[in-house]
Amino acid sequence: MAYGTKEREFLKNELNGIKNDGIFKEERIICAPQNSEIDVVFPTGTDEKKVINMCANNYLGLSSHPDVIEAARKGLDHRGYGMSSVRFICGTQDIHKELENKLTKFLGTEDTILFPSCMDANAGVFEAFMNEKDVMIADRLVHASIVDGMRLAKAMTDTYKHSNMDHLEKKLILHKDKRLKLIITDGAFSMDGDLAKLDKIVELAEKYNALVFVDDSHSSGFIGKTGRGTHEHFDVVGKIDIITTTLGKALGGASGGCVSGRKEIVEMCRQKARPYLFSNSIAPVIVAASNKVIDIVTETTERRDKLEENTKFWRKGLTEAGFIIKDGETPIVPVMLFNAKLSQDFAKDLYSEGIYAIGFFFPVVAKGQARIRTQLSAAHDMVHLEKALAAFIKIGEKYEILHKTKEEIIEKYGS
Amino acid sequence: MSDTKDVILDYIKEEYLDDEDMELDFSSPLITGGIVDSFSMVSLKRFLETKYKIQIPDAKATPEAFDSVDNIIVLLKEFNVE
Repeated sequence: MAYGTKEREFLKNELNGIKNDGIFKEERIICAPQNSEIDVVFPTGTDEKKVINMCANNYLGLSSHPDVIEAARKGLDHRGYGMSSVRFICGTQDIHKELENKLTKFLGTEDTILFPSCMDANAGVFEAFMNEKDVMIADRLVHASIVDGMRLAKAMTDTYKHSNMDHLEKKLILHKDKRLKLIITDGAFSMDGDLAKLDKIVELAEKYNALVFVDDSHSSGFIGKTGRGTHEHFDVVGKIDIITTTLGKALGGASGGCVSGRKEIVEMCRQKARPYLFSNSIAPVIVAASNKVIDIVTETTERRDKLEENTKFWRKGLTEAGFIIKDGETPIVPVMLFNAKLSQDFAKDLYSEGIYAIGFFFPVVAKGQARIRTQLSAAHDMVHLEKALAAFIKIGEKYEILHKTKEEIIEKYGS
Repeated sequence: MSDTKDVILDYIKEEYLDDEDMELDFSSPLITGGIVDSFSMVSLKRFLETKYKIQIPDAKATPEAFDSVDNIIVLLKEFNVE
């Protein structure tokens, strides 16, 4: 047997190394539908505890919405459970095409292709239409799935400092000899909650004849006045060549993603993107529910408006209480603690108070930038946010970090 | 050669460091130290090629060869850059 004592010991040591580095990940078991309040078992073996969820990507509160669940049920009844096929063999139903058309209209693009996830969309899109003659120039804080997708492509890679337009311009000049130049950015950055400067990026793209790629996973459904995404927010609808996004966050929260944009690029994905070609179709039940989700977000901005109000309340409340938060306007609100251990202790204390939020530290974020990342939802009512804020203040007082500068917190706890 | 070293070090500081307080010297590990990632290495390669009017084959543009200013100087000597 190849997997013997030696191999087992080797991997045990690797796992111990991860534990010793403090980056060992453990799952919290949730015994309820995803919502603003959930029942959680953590650590394993303890009793279920009801907590307010401040760390889901359930921005619009649609993950357990009755209309979405009902649409999923109908999808199951009318189109079955699974497709047992990739899209291009016998895995494309009428509802898959319906969803692609609805996403095209919603995002204001030319065409859309579904992928099993946005991770897969990002893994497949670059390789599908770029090669050695081209260059991909990415913001240094883009999502890991984009980094992986760029690694799979043969095009030259380069980066620019986060949201630094002068640096991006230098890179566009440096690579002016390349055939296709693709600027790559997240729409909203998931760790800091800031928005890419899409208006400036589009200006540079037009000046230097480059294409623009935006991963709008943390924006689709709620950024922009009708929730179309960061391109709507910056008034550049129709000027983004490629948008990738997910159905696994605001848009229902189940799974699935897409590439939406110029029809020739989408068609190249249909012909060449490996995660599309070699992975099963999205299950009919998810497609049917996603169609309903797009109907809901198209018909009314009620949920994104409530999310906006919740976000304003939360950002204002934390700031007035004396916390240091990352500036911005998205429902991703990082509470800066700077010290890794403090971020873990703070999250643990929050959990004791019935608030579920996660501390992030290096290598997920830069050294000395440890934080609690909070995420708002339209499913949060004021009573949830008031309780969560009270808990934050109580623990902030315990650690004596309120109304303190970054330097004062670092002096007390280290960076 | 010390001029060349300074020019390269200055470029790396300007290009890759966000934290102005971070100290960097000729032997600082760039790739293994996480200062220059594999994606961003192309900028350094293109800078060297443009600045010194040389062509560095991909086979020679290895993470080891780019891992410090000292290593880069050794590489440049192969192209008669002093």
